[in-house]
Amino acid sequence: MEKQIIWRGILAGAIGGVFAFVFARIFAEPQIQRAIDYEEGRDHAQSALDQATGLAAAHEHADPFSRAVQGNIGLGIGLILFGVAMGALFAVAYALCLGRTGRVRPRTLALLVAGGGFLGIYLVPFLKYPANPPAIGHEDTIRERGTFFLLMVTASVLFLVLTGWLGRRLQPRFGTWNAALIAGGVFVAATAIVMLALPSFSETPDALTDTTGRIVFSGFPADVLSHFRLYSVGAQLILWGAIGLVFAPMAERLLSPGKPAAAVSV
Amino acid sequence: MSSMPHPTTAATPLVIPGSKAVLWLVGTALLAIAVYYFVGVDQGAWSVFGNDTHIHELVHDGRHFLGFPCH
Repeated sequence: MEKQIIWRGILAGAIGGVFAFVFARIFAEPQIQRAIDYEEGRDHAQSALDQATGLAAAHEHADPFSRAVQGNIGLGIGLILFGVAMGALFAVAYALCLGRTGRVRPRTLALLVAGGGFLGIYLVPFLKYPANPPAIGHEDTIRERGTFFLLMVTASVLFLVLTGWLGRRLQPRFGTWNAALIAGGVFVAATAIVMLALPSFSETPDALTDTTGRIVFSGFPADVLSHFRLYSVGAQLILWGAIGLVFAPMAERLLSPGKPAAAVSV
Repeated sequence: MSSMPHPTTAATPLVIPGSKAVLWLVGTALLAIAVYYFVGVDQGAWSVFGNDTHIHELVHDGRHFLGFPCH
């Protein structure tokens, strides 16, 4: 049974990854290209300034892949592999939830677990450390930003699991509605404490000025940033939505007993 | 499934049994986390292949877009 669940989860994740890739290729890639163009323009302005003031210009590093490869093949590989990994994690979580979550239909449970994955792995960490396009983020702080981001992901997933457990514990005493509200409130409070305790990073480039304070290159375009973040949320919504919706009917067929054989052969 | 002995209307009646199932679930979770790490993190904040940046540069756009911190 667990193998059937895992393979179905991986399949759902791969399909979700393909959808997310198509979405990203159409909507995100132009924004990413604008961000990279900004970064290059800014770098040129910076080295012109540095030369004017007699500083050594920063050296450019050569990329092993062209933009065309990064924006098509690389983006596809990244999103589909991510989808497969999330589908596999989803399947593990789904298998562990089976029989431990009360009277929930298999397909409803699929949507609940997928929603949990979206919240715990992506959306809650995003609220603290939102996705950033290229050109935002200093190379020197990558270690800190990486560490705190993963810490945030770990904390939100952990809190979500504990919230589910707490809700189940409180349900006999307070009823489903109130138990869910209490457990949800505990989740929000615990997450808020962690978010307040962790450091913030605001590394969006400001306008570049020369020694007289005259602006020689604009700050990072706000529209590009807001579109990029909106589309980032959209892609994850598509990915997790597809995982839940593709897995749901498969789970229903796999787990609902007493269905007519015709339904199985669909 | 035909192997289900007692059809019932109760929802999600199965608790995954046995140590073999645990092995599959743990193995799957570990592999998935490894893929997550290589798509999102490796050759950025940490690197298991030293200074090589091929993975990082290949999945670069996806890494930004999926919300991971990047250079």
